[in-house]
Amino acid sequence: MDLNVLIVDDSAAIRKILVRVLSQTDLPIKQVHEASDGCEAMKIVEANDVSLILSDINMPNVDGLELLTQLRASAKWKDLSVVMITTEGSQAKVLEAVALGAKGYVRKPFTAEQIKEKVLACLKPAA
Amino acid sequence: MEQEQIVGIVRRAAKDVFGTMLGLDIELGESFKEKASPQESQKVVALIGLAGQWIGTGVIGCKPEFACRIASLMLMTEYQAVNEDVLDAMAEMANMIFGSVKTELEESLGALGLSIPTVIFGRNFATRSVGQQAWTVFPLKAGSDEMELKFCLMPNRDFQMSPRSLRAQPMVLDHA
Repeated sequence: MDLNVLIVDDSAAIRKILVRVLSQTDLPIKQVHEASDGCEAMKIVEANDVSLILSDINMPNVDGLELLTQLRASAKWKDLSVVMITTEGSQAKVLEAVALGAKGYVRKPFTAEQIKEKVLACLKPAA
Repeated sequence: MEQEQIVGIVRRAAKDVFGTMLGLDIELGESFKEKASPQESQKVVALIGLAGQWIGTGVIGCKPEFACRIASLMLMTEYQAVNEDVLDAMAEMANMIFGSVKTELEESLGALGLSIPTVIFGRNFATRSVGQQAWTVFPLKAGSDEMELKFCLMPNRDFQMSPRSLRAQPMVLDHA
């Protein structure tokens, strides 16, 4: 299955790095979309068949946790895979994101290997 | 919280971010206290605020040439002059360094909010944070390039647990 990936981060630098990291994986990526906050991300999700989201937490307007909340509240996107990639490394934030349904969590600064590992793990079908 | 602990946290965060994101092994000089920020000649400066029961500001600043080198290493594209990508890379460096600092501080100081970073590129300006707290300055070198990290932290006497209390401290920009 070809993947439509959405990267959500207010930093264009981080979005560029993540696009590059994804291009280095063997994943069958059809298209990579980019959004600078949760509001823009929801519009892209509504208009495209997104299969994986990599999202920051701290963003203006709608942040990453609010985006997760909106996705989980929707019958259509409640099972969409979301990996949080963020400077928010406290256990409280990790637990909050996991409770909201994040399938992975990577703390910035990150290596390309950490991103690849989390993406592959969350795309693996549940045993 | 002891000053030495804060110094250790900032040093670890800087080493980690430069090493992981840029592959740069930085040399950190002795940190020192500074009451007022000197006027900057020509620099790229990124600022980020912390707020909660404690409030503070983190700053990174360097010459445009080093900012271009940072962006080139981070984005794997050669940058010869400061542009949007370079400013964005500097903002993200500040976000990652002081975001890591925030995470470690939270273990002792409770929940803190982190602002969206602000980046300034210009000449003949000075930055200062509202308040009397001295900055702790961390000079660092990466080969022949130099940068200064600055951090100040103080108790928030007006703290009340509300969304407003997690707003970052206002920054003031002085033009010469």
